[in-house]
Amino acid sequence: MDVSLGTLIGQAGTFLVLVLVTMKYVWPPVTKAMEERRRKIAEGLAQSEEAEQALDKANAEADEIIREARRKAGEVIEQASQRGNQLVEQAKEEAIAERDRQVQAAEAEIRQATNQAREALRESVASLAIAGAGRVIESEIDDKRHREMLDKLAAEL
Amino acid sequence: MSFAVAAAGSSPTEYVSHHLEHLTVGEGLWTFHVDTLFFSVVLGALMLFVMWMAARRATAGVPGKLQNFVEVLVDFVDNSVKESFHGPREFVAPLAMTIFVWVLLWNLMDLIPVDYLPLLAQAVGLEYLRVVPSADVNAPFALSLSVLVLILVYSVKGKGFAGFGKEMLFHPFGKNPLLWPANILLNLVELVAKPVSLALRLFGNLYAAELIFILIAMLPWWIQFIPGGAWAVFHILVVPLQAFIFMTLTIVYLSLAYEEH
Repeated sequence: MDVSLGTLIGQAGTFLVLVLVTMKYVWPPVTKAMEERRRKIAEGLAQSEEAEQALDKANAEADEIIREARRKAGEVIEQASQRGNQLVEQAKEEAIAERDRQVQAAEAEIRQATNQAREALRESVASLAIAGAGRVIESEIDDKRHREMLDKLAAEL
Repeated sequence: MSFAVAAAGSSPTEYVSHHLEHLTVGEGLWTFHVDTLFFSVVLGALMLFVMWMAARRATAGVPGKLQNFVEVLVDFVDNSVKESFHGPREFVAPLAMTIFVWVLLWNLMDLIPVDYLPLLAQAVGLEYLRVVPSADVNAPFALSLSVLVLILVYSVKGKGFAGFGKEMLFHPFGKNPLLWPANILLNLVELVAKPVSLALRLFGNLYAAELIFILIAMLPWWIQFIPGGAWAVFHILVVPLQAFIFMTLTIVYLSLAYEEH
């Protein structure tokens, strides 16, 4: 063991420099980077947890919305089919009413035409009768008195 | 007789003592072991350079391989410090890492075949060369005496002058003034024993290991790989272990100094 004060002091000085440089330029950046990374990872994990929860919530909401939509669609279909039935029913009724109306109108027309024809016939028969009677009797006939009588006769037809 | 001994042109005793001679400058106490200083400074610079390369580009994103390596080291040291030292770590943790890596690099020099660097040195005209700083008693002692200074600093920092003085006087036997001399004596012994044991443990291990490598080097060349290989493998265990022990005990001593007990 050869003790050498010079070596001892030189070594201690070197050691001091090494420690100070390590403390100032090596340790802080490395530990800072590690701490930063640890924080980032923790944040990432927390965020993924949050996202998972949000996804669950969104899925539940989506299910709810789909259920609601199905329910509404069912209602709409139900309403539509009811409305359809109503329309068919109404159309049927209207068609029947229209038919009845047209039938009645036609009957009225027929009746009117019949009456007109009858009136015309009656008049012609009266004129014819008068003419016939005029020609047969030829002579003096009170046109006025006899027409009255004949009109009465014609009304009996 | 092996090539190395033959090359030294000497007896086995001369070969061994030649290997244990330092490359020096100066006289007496003010002798400088140039080899120890050179290798520890070069290793220290290498350590700082590698660490600094990693620290300079340290990113919180995906780390590179170098950063990963340094981070593993930093994490390991930081956890070791966290376990025993319950004060601010801004200084203690980098201190512990410096000790660990520097001592580890010193010890690793022991795995370079014992004759390579000395023969290379002889080729450029340097007569003696010892390449393992931890096998030079001055290097471990320089470290452990620095640690002693830090123990004193942290004692005062943690407990104050009064607290530290009280502990020196009252601990461990009691407050009775008659016991003060015994207390002081015991505390001083304890205080001195720490750096001495710290340094001698490292020095003893590495010096012995170096000596055994030197002895193995004197065997016939064709048999050397068996004991040499076995000893090197065993040494791979000793190298980091001694560095780790030095670091851990430093932390423990500082924590004992810093905390009330």
